[in-house]
Amino acid sequence: MPTPVAVLERDKGADDDVLLSASGLTKVYDTGEVKVHALRGIDLDIRRGELLVMLGASGSGKSTLLNILGGLDRPTEGDVLFKGKSLTQRTDAGLTRYRRNHVGFIFQFYNLVPSLTARENVALVTEIAKDPIPPEDALAMVGLAERLDHFPAELSGGEQQRVAVARAIAKRPELLFCDEPTGALDSKTGVRVLEALDHVNRELGATTVIITHNMGIADMSDRTIRLSDGQISTIDEVGRAKRPDELTW
Amino acid sequence: MTWVSALDRKLLRDLAHMRGQGLAVSAIVACGVAIMVMALGAMSSLELSRDTYYERYRFADVFSNAKRAPEHLMSDIQAIPGVRTAQSRITHLVTLDIEGLQEPANGLLISLPESGLPTLNGVLLYSGRWPNPTRPDEAVVSKDFMEANGYTLGSTVRAIINGRARDLEIVGVGDSPEHIYMLPPGALIPDERRYGVFWMGRRSLEAAFDLDGAFNDVSLALSPDATTENVIDAVDDILEPYGSFGAYSQEDQLSYAFIDGEMQQMRATAAIIPPIFLIVSALLINAILARLIAIERQQIGLLKAFGYDRREITWHYIKMALGLVSGGIIAGFILGAALARLLTHLYSDTFRFPDLIYRLDPSSFVIAGLAAGVAAVVGAISSARSAANLPPAEAMSPAPPTVYSKGIIQRTFALLRLDEPTRMILRHITRWPLRAAVTVLGVAASQGLLVGTLFAFDSMDVMIESRFHRTDAYDAAIIFNEPANASAIRELERLPGVVSVQPSRDVSVRLRHGQLEERVVLSSVDPSGRQRRMLDEADSFIDVPESGIALSSHLAGMIQAGLGDEVTIEVLEGRRPVRNVHVTSLVNESIGWPAFMHEHQLSALLGEGEVVRGAYVMLDPDEEAAFSEAVLDRPGVSSVALQSTSVESFEETLQETIYIMMTIYALIGGSIAAAVTYNAARIGLTERGRELASLRVLGFTEGEVSYILIGELTLLVLVALPLGGLIGYALASMIATAMASDLYRIPLVIDPSTYGYSALIVLIASLASALFVRHRVKSLDLIAVLKTRE
Repeated sequence: MPTPVAVLERDKGADDDVLLSASGLTKVYDTGEVKVHALRGIDLDIRRGELLVMLGASGSGKSTLLNILGGLDRPTEGDVLFKGKSLTQRTDAGLTRYRRNHVGFIFQFYNLVPSLTARENVALVTEIAKDPIPPEDALAMVGLAERLDHFPAELSGGEQQRVAVARAIAKRPELLFCDEPTGALDSKTGVRVLEALDHVNRELGATTVIITHNMGIADMSDRTIRLSDGQISTIDEVGRAKRPDELTW
Repeated sequence: MTWVSALDRKLLRDLAHMRGQGLAVSAIVACGVAIMVMALGAMSSLELSRDTYYERYRFADVFSNAKRAPEHLMSDIQAIPGVRTAQSRITHLVTLDIEGLQEPANGLLISLPESGLPTLNGVLLYSGRWPNPTRPDEAVVSKDFMEANGYTLGSTVRAIINGRARDLEIVGVGDSPEHIYMLPPGALIPDERRYGVFWMGRRSLEAAFDLDGAFNDVSLALSPDATTENVIDAVDDILEPYGSFGAYSQEDQLSYAFIDGEMQQMRATAAIIPPIFLIVSALLINAILARLIAIERQQIGLLKAFGYDRREITWHYIKMALGLVSGGIIAGFILGAALARLLTHLYSDTFRFPDLIYRLDPSSFVIAGLAAGVAAVVGAISSARSAANLPPAEAMSPAPPTVYSKGIIQRTFALLRLDEPTRMILRHITRWPLRAAVTVLGVAASQGLLVGTLFAFDSMDVMIESRFHRTDAYDAAIIFNEPANASAIRELERLPGVVSVQPSRDVSVRLRHGQLEERVVLSSVDPSGRQRRMLDEADSFIDVPESGIALSSHLAGMIQAGLGDEVTIEVLEGRRPVRNVHVTSLVNESIGWPAFMHEHQLSALLGEGEVVRGAYVMLDPDEEAAFSEAVLDRPGVSSVALQSTSVESFEETLQETIYIMMTIYALIGGSIAAAVTYNAARIGLTERGRELASLRVLGFTEGEVSYILIGELTLLVLVALPLGGLIGYALASMIATAMASDLYRIPLVIDPSTYGYSALIVLIASLASALFVRHRVKSLDLIAVLKTRE
């Protein structure tokens, strides 16, 4: 297994292949009384089309890193380059454009708009996208062609998360960030969601970052990164050792 | 994709979900919009009806009069630059003896040209025909007078013309733009039974009043480029030697002034009342959206994460605010249009238009709709902005628990020994002071609106009391045809039922102070008399000053004269003396703009000795009927006004409207209070549902849990009531000022019972809301509430 340093060095030589590049990221939350160091200097290249899993315990900084990479938040220090251009120097409007045009998100608690049906939740995103997949097709890709007009309250947790996946991929994002996508699901349902993610990653070529504390998921990744205490501890080249349906946890 | 975007669908479903609160806001907006549309619509209907009538029947621009002016002066008047047409007439006020009517009535006789129809102030002939010049007793009579007295074509009316009783035959039914508002002499409101207009042949009136080859009334139409003031001056120069009281323009014509006054009231209503509703609706929207955005934090974060930008999110919540009020705007349009129609219809009781044209000015809808929209946006903007400002990452995580701290206020609570639920109430209020302020302000506004509208009835009471029972305490006012002497008074004293008689002398004068001048009725006051007295600003009786002149405060304002200032009196009758006098007293009068003088002073000014123009009479109430019958037969009496009749018809008119208006205002004011408290309780319930359900789980009873919600509301309502009283006072004062005209001023009087009545309505409305919410506390699903994720 190669060391993290070796991986980083090898990545430097393959710049064309790098979609997102973070360097020296730190994030300090200042609550007035205490300063919380959520990230302490992260360097990371994410390659075009790869499926990356970030593992880490609660509080390891993985959500903070995801928020910064996804343009939801800014680092205290350091920079993120998207296709070689700085994200941190963008204005709020610039970050909004980045999210709107290039990024899809999937959250642990699905975060569907309860007053919209499955189809409409997806449409919420396709309506502001440049070249979207029709909501019906996106839902069909995650196996929900029959549940188009159901409200979130009428769907199971797995179905809701698959709607969230459909919603995230329907804009054909270059980057797909998934924050604990199976965290609220049992393993059987979780596998279905992961299959959907795997499928989308292969079909659409969307660079996919999954953050989780569930080590079992790492086996389906191209690479797996471990975070602890705001730093990257290891990077493993997994090479898609297993299909989602072979995963267990 | 379908025509409604997904975000708009969310909007519509959110709105449907908030329908209770939407209904509350909409009700308030509907009231504001309806009142605006109603007032502007009624105003525009009135204006159009008036203008159409004026144009079609050639309403004159300038009016004047004389005692007796030779007809050849008309060519001089015609020649005044700017005069397009001039028409001379004979007009005379006479008493009528109407069968079945105890009180004396008056008729205004107006001559019709010898040949052809009037060139100015045309007469609309509904039915019948014009009088035959060879038959002196034929008349066209005003429609309402005929209808009120049950006359038909061919009926006869007995009139006392120059001391002689004559039976006038009604040959036609008519109306004229000069007499849209038919105010009998000495009355405060129209009385169609006791006042009618009679159009008769010129020759007949010339003979009756000894005006052969002469006239006593003239109307003029001006060319568009004429300056009215110059024409008035020129007419006065010509007619003053012939006993003119002075010319006046359209604006001072009685009917015109009353219609104008009504339009001014509608304008004031549209400007003052609706903003209160709209401010309250803005406050409510602010509170509702602030709460909604707290609930939708994660959805907002999600939208931002997807790439929706600030503008789209701001616009989303602004649209939500507009959605909340849109139903209200539409309901307000419909209600306002209906009310405008109703009001226009009611005007036909007051104003004699041949047909009242109901017109809804599209601009009134635009103005009202825009005003409501702006209020919604103003209410929403801060919440919408804060939604747009939520950082996406932070918005995604649930809101941290509300930070309660022990501030200064909190520490003072500690000194009081409060139970925990009460402590929760107080902490909640002080933790969300703005929200509490919105509730307090909203409830206070409803109380203010009630006080500010219902005070009008107190004012009316005071007006009636001071007018009919204090200043004008006489039972009958008599005006003589011609100046008379003391013997006329002695004759009156001998009539049945007469307790005492006080001579009156009202003269027309022009009062000048610096550059300003006004035509004024100057009345003599007998300092020993109890029949016509004066009140000062503090509403206590004052004696007429021994010397100088007493001005009504309104008149003093019109000519900008104060106590001690010297004013010039130019008498417009008799020998037309001119004299400078000092203003020695200011008098509180809510009607017109009179001036008063000690009777000896006025006699000296006129140089007429004991001449009287009329009399104030005190009567034995049991013999009022006998008196009115006897006084009619007196020669030289041109009008008799009985106070009892005036008070009666005044109060009758008031009674008709008072209950309707009280009910409408109570409903409207109550609905604001109900909407505000319902909204506050509803927000409280969604926000604290978990907390309250937890308490229920811990073993608190429904009553104890309700206490936390309702106790907070009660406390806020109690704080709001005194504030509402203040707002009401300010509003009443604004309304009184805005509605004040030369014709009358509404005194700013608010009876304590009005505060009490308003407070009661607010309390009942709030209680109803509270009970409704208590009902929901009962149905709190404990397990489900505990499961919901904040």
